[in-house]
Amino acid sequence: MHLVTYLHFLHATEETLSTSYRTVSDGHVADGDVHWTTARFARQCTAHAQALAPVLERCGPADEPAPDRLHAQGMTSTRDGPAGLLRDLLDLYQLTNLVDITWTLVRQAASAIRDRDLIHLTQQYGEETKDQLDWLRMRMKAAAPQTLIVAT
Amino acid sequence: MSGERVADIWGPRAPFPSGASWPRRVDQYLVDGVAEADVQEWVRGACLLCSNGCGLEVAVRDGRMVGVRGRAEDRVNHGRLGPKGLYGWQGQQYDRLTTPLIREGGRLVETDWETAMAAVVGRSRSLLETKGPLSHAFYTSGQLMLEEYYTLCVIGKAGIGTPHMDGNTRLCTATAASAFQESFGSDGQPGSYTDVDSCDALFLFGHNVAETQTVLWTRMLDRLDAGDPPRLVCVDPRRTKVAERATVHLPVRNGTNLAVMNALVHELIARGWVNEGYVRTHTVGFDELDRLTRDATPEWAAEICGVPARDIRAAAEIFGTGERVVSTCSMGFYQSHQATAASCQVNNLHLLRGMLGRPGAGILQMNGQPSAENNREAGCGPALPGFRNWDNPDHVRELAELWNVDPLVIPHWSAPTDANAILRFAEQGSIGFLWIAGTNPAVSQTDLARIRRVLSGDQCFVVVSDGYRTETTELADVVLPAALWAEKTGTFTNVDRTVHLQEKAVEPPGQARGDQAIWTDYARRMGFADKDGHPLPAWDTSEQAFEAWKAASAGRPCDYSGLTYQKLHDVGGVQWPCTSEAPNGTERLFTDGVFNTAVEKCETYGHHLATGAPVGETAYRARGVDGRAILKTTAYDHPYEEPDATYPMRLTTGRTVYHWHTRTKTKRSRQLNEAAPAMWVEISAPDAQRLGIAEGDIVRVASRRGSIEAPARISDVREGVIFAPWHYGDPESAANELTLNGWDPVSKQPELKVAAVSVTLIRPGDGPAPAPTTTASAPVRPFADTGRE
Repeated sequence: MHLVTYLHFLHATEETLSTSYRTVSDGHVADGDVHWTTARFARQCTAHAQALAPVLERCGPADEPAPDRLHAQGMTSTRDGPAGLLRDLLDLYQLTNLVDITWTLVRQAASAIRDRDLIHLTQQYGEETKDQLDWLRMRMKAAAPQTLIVAT
Repeated sequence: MSGERVADIWGPRAPFPSGASWPRRVDQYLVDGVAEADVQEWVRGACLLCSNGCGLEVAVRDGRMVGVRGRAEDRVNHGRLGPKGLYGWQGQQYDRLTTPLIREGGRLVETDWETAMAAVVGRSRSLLETKGPLSHAFYTSGQLMLEEYYTLCVIGKAGIGTPHMDGNTRLCTATAASAFQESFGSDGQPGSYTDVDSCDALFLFGHNVAETQTVLWTRMLDRLDAGDPPRLVCVDPRRTKVAERATVHLPVRNGTNLAVMNALVHELIARGWVNEGYVRTHTVGFDELDRLTRDATPEWAAEICGVPARDIRAAAEIFGTGERVVSTCSMGFYQSHQATAASCQVNNLHLLRGMLGRPGAGILQMNGQPSAENNREAGCGPALPGFRNWDNPDHVRELAELWNVDPLVIPHWSAPTDANAILRFAEQGSIGFLWIAGTNPAVSQTDLARIRRVLSGDQCFVVVSDGYRTETTELADVVLPAALWAEKTGTFTNVDRTVHLQEKAVEPPGQARGDQAIWTDYARRMGFADKDGHPLPAWDTSEQAFEAWKAASAGRPCDYSGLTYQKLHDVGGVQWPCTSEAPNGTERLFTDGVFNTAVEKCETYGHHLATGAPVGETAYRARGVDGRAILKTTAYDHPYEEPDATYPMRLTTGRTVYHWHTRTKTKRSRQLNEAAPAMWVEISAPDAQRLGIAEGDIVRVASRRGSIEAPARISDVREGVIFAPWHYGDPESAANELTLNGWDPVSKQPELKVAAVSVTLIRPGDGPAPAPTTTASAPVRPFADTGRE
C-alpha cells in the first residue's frame, strides 16, 4: 500500500514547510507580524513532523515504489519589497495547501483502515494547518491593495 | 492645597459600606496668589489626564486658567481629583506652539497658516492625483474630542476614502475593544464604576490602578478600608500599591498571562463554580473552552508563570465563591503577545459565573486614555463609526446614506489599517502623506530607532498637529499648532461610558487652533464633497459635529441620541447609551443576558485568537450565536522574545503616577516634574546583588534593538524582571529603544511588556535614582540603609 509512502511524504513536506516558514520569518523581520507568526508556524510544522515520527517507525519502510517527483521544493530565499513579500506568502500558501490536503488524504486512508490513533493525529494537527492557511489568506488579502496599487 | 496630592496621592480615606454611595470630597487647587474670591468664572468639564474622566470645573481669571476643582455631583469622581488632574493643566501655560512650522533647508522655521496649509494641501492633492487614496494616512490620539474624531473620520473615509486611519489607542486600548467584540459581539463596557461600590471580590488583571487611575483606586481604597471589604486579587509582576493590599497577589512572569488565565478558568470548571443555567442560556462555546483549558491545571501554570499553584487556586476560589465580582483589566494584559485571548478569559470568568449585568458584578476592560473610547466609536481607529461591521454591507450602506456618498468610496474590503501597518507602509513609501495629531510616536512606539528613520525619511511627507514641540514634531515636514484641553469645546467618554462636555475656558495661545477647525480647513481647501457636490464634512462647529454624530450613533450600541450639550452642562457625566427611552443614560449593559452578537447587529464575525484570522460570515451564521455571548480562548504560547544567555532578563515597561504619556504636559507642571524628574530603571534586590549594582548606580540595559543608560532603582519588582517607565524620550534612555516590533494577532496591540535584555553596571551613581518613593517604584530599603543620601 501507498499509505506509508504518503506518511513519509507528509513528514517530509511538514519539514520542508517548517524550513520555508523559517526562511520567510528571517527574511521579513521588518514586517513584525509576518516575522513572528511564521516563526511560530515553523515551530508548529516541526512539531507535526515530530508527531508523525513514531507513526513512521511503527509502519516501517514503504513496500511500494514512490511515485516520480514525489517531493515538493521548499523556499530557500526570500524576495525583497512589498511585492516580494506577497509572492513569498503565495509560495507559503501553496506549500501549506499541499500539507493541508495531504493530511486530509491520510485521514481518509486512516479511516478506511480503522486506525484510531492516526485519525486522531490528523484531526489534531490538520486543524493547525487550516489556521495557517486562514492567516495566510487574511494577510495576503490585507496586503493586496497597498501592494498592487501603490507600492514600488 | 499647594501640592499635597503629590505626597498624599489618594487623599484622606472615606470608608463606606457595600452598596452605599461613595462619600463626596471636593479636591481643589488654585495657583499661588489666587484665592477663591479672585476666580471670575468656573467653567465645566472633565479631566483629560487619564481614562477616568473626573468631572471638574476650571477656574478662570483675566482670561487665564488659574486652578481646578472637582465636581461633587459628578458620578465618576464625587469631587475628587488626582495629582495629574490637579496640577497637570499648568503645563499648558508653558512652551506652547503658537505658529505653524515648515521645513526649509532641513530646518523647521516659523511660518503662517496660509503657507503651512498650502504645503499640506499641495502635497495631499498631488499624491491623490498620482497614487490615489491609499497614499494617505492619519495617525491620531486617545486625547482628542469626539467631534474631532468624527469630523476626521468623515474626511478620511468619505472625503478621501482611505482605510489607513488609526490612533495611538492601538497602543493602549485596542485589546479592550477586541475582547469585547470577540466575547459580546461589539465594543462597549458592560460594567459601571458603581459596581466597585458593592462588589465582594475585586480582580485587577495587569492593572496598576493606584498609579494609572488614582481616583478609581481611591474609590476602591474606601471600600477596602470599610468594615466589609471586598477580597482583592492582583495579577502583576510588580509589587504595586494594589498588590500590597491584595488578599492574593499573583506576580506572574511578564508574558505568561494567558497561562494563569487558562488555569483560573480550568479551576472554575473543575471545581464546579459554573452557573450552568446562565452558560446554557446565554453563551456558546463552553465545550471548546472546557477542552482548551482541560490540561491547564494550576500546577502547569505555576511552572510557566513562576507563582505557587496554591495561590492560583486561592484566587480561583475567591472568584468561584464571590457573590458579586468586579474585574478590571489593563495594559499588563493588553500590551502583550496573547493580549486578546487573555482578556477574553477575563470576560469568560464572568460569563461562566453569570457575573455581569447586575450591581457589583461587572467587567471593566480599561482604556488608557481619556478619549480612547471616542476614537474607537467614532471611526478613526479599528472600527467603522458606531461599532459598525466593515464586513456587513448593510452597515456600510447606512454610513453611505448618512454621508451621501457611494458605498464604494468607504473602504470596507478589509479591517481598517492598524498603526503598525501604517508605519510599515510609510517606511516603504507607499504611504506618502502621514498626518499625526495629538500623539508622540517618536517616544511611544516600539523600536524607536526605526520610528525615527520612518518619520524623518524623504519617502513620506509628515504633518504633525500638536500643542508643543515634541520628539515627533522635530521629524515633521509641517507642524501645526493645536489648541489643547479647555481651549475648545467638545465631548469625551471615559472607561465606563460616561460622556462629559468640556467647555472652552480660555483662548488658545498665539495662532493655535482646535483640531476640528484644522481638519475642516483642510477639507474645504481640498474641496471634498458628497454625491451632490455639498461639502464634506457637512458641518463646521463642534456642536454641529456632535449632532451629526448623534445621528450616526442612533440605534447602535453606543447611542448618543438622547444627549445634548445642554444636558451634559447641567448634569455632568452621563453614560451611553442615552436615548429617548433612557434619557438619563444606562448604567450597565447586557442586564438581560442578551449580547450584541446577532448577525445583523455585531461589529465583527470574530477571529481565531491564536492567529487573528477571521471566522467569516458563513461560519459565524452557521454557529447561530444570535444574542448569546461567545466563550473562546486558545492555548498558551510563550512570548515572542524569551531570555537567553546573551539577554537573560525580561524587560517590562509601564507608567508612574506623576506623568502622562511622553510628559508633554506633565513635565511642564512644577509639582509633577519635581516628583519624577528623570528616567530610571527598576531591578530586584537579588539581581542587583548578583550584578554588583547599588541604588542609583548607572546601568546599561541592552536588547537586540538598542541600549539605554539610566540610574537603577532597587525595587520590589520580580526577580529576573527589569521595569522601565516609558515617559522619558531621550534616545539615550528611552524605554522604547529596547522594545520589539511585534503585536497581538487580533487587536494588533504592540508587545510592550516583554523584551529580552541584558543589564550591566556602568558606573557608581551619585545618589538614589530619581524614581518616586511613594509608589510601585519605592526602594526595597530606606535610603539610610543603602549608605547613600
